[in-house]
Amino acid sequence: MIVAGIDIGAKFAKIVFLQDDEVLYRAKGIVGFDVNKSATSIFQTALKKCNLQPNDIARTVATGMGKGEILQKEPIKASQAVSEVVADATGAWHLRQTARTVIDVGAEEGRGIKVTEDGKVKDFVINERCAAGAGTFVETMARALEVTVEDMGPLSLKSTKAVPMNAQCTVFAESEVVSLIHSRVAKEDIARAIHDAMAGRIASMVLRVGVEKDIVLVGGVALNQGFVKPLQDELNTEIIIPEFPEFTGAFGSAVIAKEKSQ
Amino acid sequence: MKAHYGYKDGSGDFFIIIDTDLCNGCGDCIQVCPQNVLELVENEFDIECDKMVIVKDNHRRKLKYSCGPCKPVASPKKTPCIQACRQDAITHSW
Amino acid sequence: MSQETQFWKWPEYRYTEPDKDWRKAHIITAGIDIGSVGSKAAIMLDGELYAYSVMRTGGVSEATSVKAMEWALKDTGLKKEKIHYVVGTGYGRVNVPFASRTITEIACHARGAHYVYGPTVRTVLDVGGQDCKAIRCDEKGKVLSFLMNDKCAAGTGRGLEVFADLIGIPIQNLGEVSLQVEKDPPPVSNTCVVFAKAESLALLRQGWSKEKVAAAYHAAMADRIADLLARVGIEKEFVVTGGVSKNHGIIERLTRLLKIQPLEPNMDPILAGAIGAALFAKALQEKQLGLR
Repeated sequence: MIVAGIDIGAKFAKIVFLQDDEVLYRAKGIVGFDVNKSATSIFQTALKKCNLQPNDIARTVATGMGKGEILQKEPIKASQAVSEVVADATGAWHLRQTARTVIDVGAEEGRGIKVTEDGKVKDFVINERCAAGAGTFVETMARALEVTVEDMGPLSLKSTKAVPMNAQCTVFAESEVVSLIHSRVAKEDIARAIHDAMAGRIASMVLRVGVEKDIVLVGGVALNQGFVKPLQDELNTEIIIPEFPEFTGAFGSAVIAKEKSQ
Repeated sequence: MKAHYGYKDGSGDFFIIIDTDLCNGCGDCIQVCPQNVLELVENEFDIECDKMVIVKDNHRRKLKYSCGPCKPVASPKKTPCIQACRQDAITHSW
Repeated sequence: MSQETQFWKWPEYRYTEPDKDWRKAHIITAGIDIGSVGSKAAIMLDGELYAYSVMRTGGVSEATSVKAMEWALKDTGLKKEKIHYVVGTGYGRVNVPFASRTITEIACHARGAHYVYGPTVRTVLDVGGQDCKAIRCDEKGKVLSFLMNDKCAAGTGRGLEVFADLIGIPIQNLGEVSLQVEKDPPPVSNTCVVFAKAESLALLRQGWSKEKVAAAYHAAMADRIADLLARVGIEKEFVVTGGVSKNHGIIERLTRLLKIQPLEPNMDPILAGAIGAALFAKALQEKQLGLR
């Protein structure tokens, strides 16, 4: 049996096909202006790559902020929508059954989730509707620094000096980065300051649900080593990052689809 | 005077409100705050008046995070600063 | 449109009261309000406004404060050294090298608003480049309740600048443009400037006119400011100061929401902070001389 999980985030839609317990396929694509259209094109390309027909998918579960756009709607017709918190917790726990704290940092939201021994959500806290608490912050700062988002991590790891950043707002931080550039602070030190500030906010958020090992970090920002290092330092413990962290929500949705079909 | 320190952003309202008419400047709240958020300063509002408790400038733009440790999701209770104030001069907006 | 056009840039200006003579004054004081975007200098003779300047804050606040002061004094024959007491206020108040002391901008704004608008003022809203302040005070200009939001760019002049750049309309025309709709559309749903900008862009792509998007953006900003005001309590008379007070798009919507018409100023309300600082300077000078 093949099931699908689709996570429609603020920037990217992620899709995972699960065959029995194995991931058959994963793909991601940019979410455009028409959410349903973007998701459909990613879905259909995925079907084609796997040589599948829409009827071969036994069940599709949706998550992410755009989940409503494909729930019961043609042509994907997801049969169920689950919250991002549940999808993240389920996905992370199935990847690592020792996970007790799941941190997800996406483009527009940050989440801290406390997970029970059997993978259920115990408590959670969400940072939303403010760009300073999510991946958009790093992305906007990268633009101000004139480097790509991908280069931000490696750049920041080269830093030799901690520079404080005062602004707590993405818009104000942009001006602060520009003035740091003007006062000839090295780019790598600015990149580090950006990640340090962001990690500090995410760590404080997670502390509200309590930090219990193992800690699993998921979401697109987990790929950024420049962010992971200060987060590790702030929480004073090791953080586990699964392979393909940005697909955790989609994977969790697929797991739920499988469980529901049984 | 009701002094509101903090902010409102997309994610919510995060203000510590100190009633300077009730505050007697005892400093008990400062002692119990694990994050070192509060301090006693000269009253700049009234040049004839004495000291007042304020929220430190470097915490005013991140209160949601600074006060996070005193606001666990699982067991919400009165924060130490509010508990310590015998004058009931401190309130939190969230 | 050349690539060099910067829609956020506003013109600087200065003024001297022609009928007043500083040589006849007993106490000459100055208030310097270094905001994040604008720097204001007010010179007062025995507690009455004599000269002022309004400039954009440069990269170095110290240099800006000196420039603002010198520009305010231009052609008056009055030298900086002749001023008895200088109070610095605003975001960059510690960077006024010639100030005798600094006073929080909240207290200065309340006092300045009383000078500009008269003693019936109870609620002062100041929306500056980088912050939003709501102050409630009594008939003496004493602060009863206040809040200052300088964490978040939403509801500040900076938020408007970002929007001016996005839709390519000079910031001083933005308010008028936002009023060129028959009926306000629903406000932009995001508070965060970064997200609101993306939302506005999406609305433009959907085919909304610039005017309609501007209306939605201004409506959201007015909503947010009204929320902040509600926290300190709104009482008549109500006044708006700071750079954003010049934006009719915000003021009109705020009036509709609060059902209170703000008082018309009899002088430039952007100066309230600097005037308040100069008045504090007078009180402090009198205290020093043993006059109070």
